[in-house]
Amino acid sequence: MAIINLKKKQVQAKIVYYGPGRGGKTTNLEYIYKKFRTRIQTEMVTIKTHGDRTLFFDFLPIDIGKIKGYDIRIQLYTVPGQVKYESTRRLVLRGVDGIVFVADSLAVRRKENVLSLKSLADNLASYKKSILEIPLVFQYNKRDLLEEGIPLLPVEWLEKDLNSKLKVPYFEASALKGPNVVQTMKKIIILTIDSLRKDLT
Amino acid sequence: MDKRYTSDAEGQRTYIFTPGQLSQIEAVLAEDLLDVGVHSVTLIDMAGNIISTLDNGENKHDLYSLAALAAGNFGAVSTMAGLIGEDEFSLLFHKGKKENIHFSKVTDEFLLITIFGKEISLGFLRLKVAEATDKLMGLLKPGS
Repeated sequence: MAIINLKKKQVQAKIVYYGPGRGGKTTNLEYIYKKFRTRIQTEMVTIKTHGDRTLFFDFLPIDIGKIKGYDIRIQLYTVPGQVKYESTRRLVLRGVDGIVFVADSLAVRRKENVLSLKSLADNLASYKKSILEIPLVFQYNKRDLLEEGIPLLPVEWLEKDLNSKLKVPYFEASALKGPNVVQTMKKIIILTIDSLRKDLT
Repeated sequence: MDKRYTSDAEGQRTYIFTPGQLSQIEAVLAEDLLDVGVHSVTLIDMAGNIISTLDNGENKHDLYSLAALAAGNFGAVSTMAGLIGEDEFSLLFHKGKKENIHFSKVTDEFLLITIFGKEISLGFLRLKVAEATDKLMGLLKPGS
């Protein structure tokens, strides 16, 4: 649920990084935070367990500049990925305007990716939102592990499992090392702002 | 007054606040809360976005993080209420040594967060928040 403030000429939109546990959602935000540290005025908020697993959410607000004379502030969130935190994921999805689905490319996590995407669709439906209509991009994360000989899912399989109906943009990425992390973020911001354009005229 | 809520697919909404509407909201926050001595007052939506915020100029908090956490906190507590058979809790308030924070639902979509010190009693604050909430409800209702 984006907020447009005509008095301050400001738009606030919420983008959530969703996906299975240990897939790289928090690592994405940590990379973005480090990369743009000089341009981000606040600390990144993380609520996590002693074991460094996201417990509630991570939060990072970014000002991305002006579009059509409006200051655009994007609030990036992650959800906890562990199965037991389904209620929390639903809470964090409230008012979401755009989603990055961070899929885990490890071969052993194939089923978890599919189950997580199903939970996303169900949670969106609880807010009367459709996964077919909300701005969404896929990030197939951990592609750097291929160089280390760790079995990964081919991109074609990930596409077939997750994106065969949605047909949205996807990026092969490494949240730990950086490739395509910023590109993923830029794409979802563009798609999200595009979806709000009619309200900016 | 021009209020616009665009609704594309079912349930998806963008809230558009006009300058006139925001000025009226700010007037309520200022007169009913800031002027009685609260340190800061912030109106947010349940997604964690800030609609309007005013403070007494003395404390500078990270309001964007506070808003995100407040929305999450309120959402979590509301869910807990449901789990124990309550529709909602009538009071959500955290007491600190110097600063306290009070949450009040304005409508199903908006939340009022008030930060105040020892100068104001909780009872008095709840009274003033209730008055402000009544006025804000009229300003925030879609189509009114």
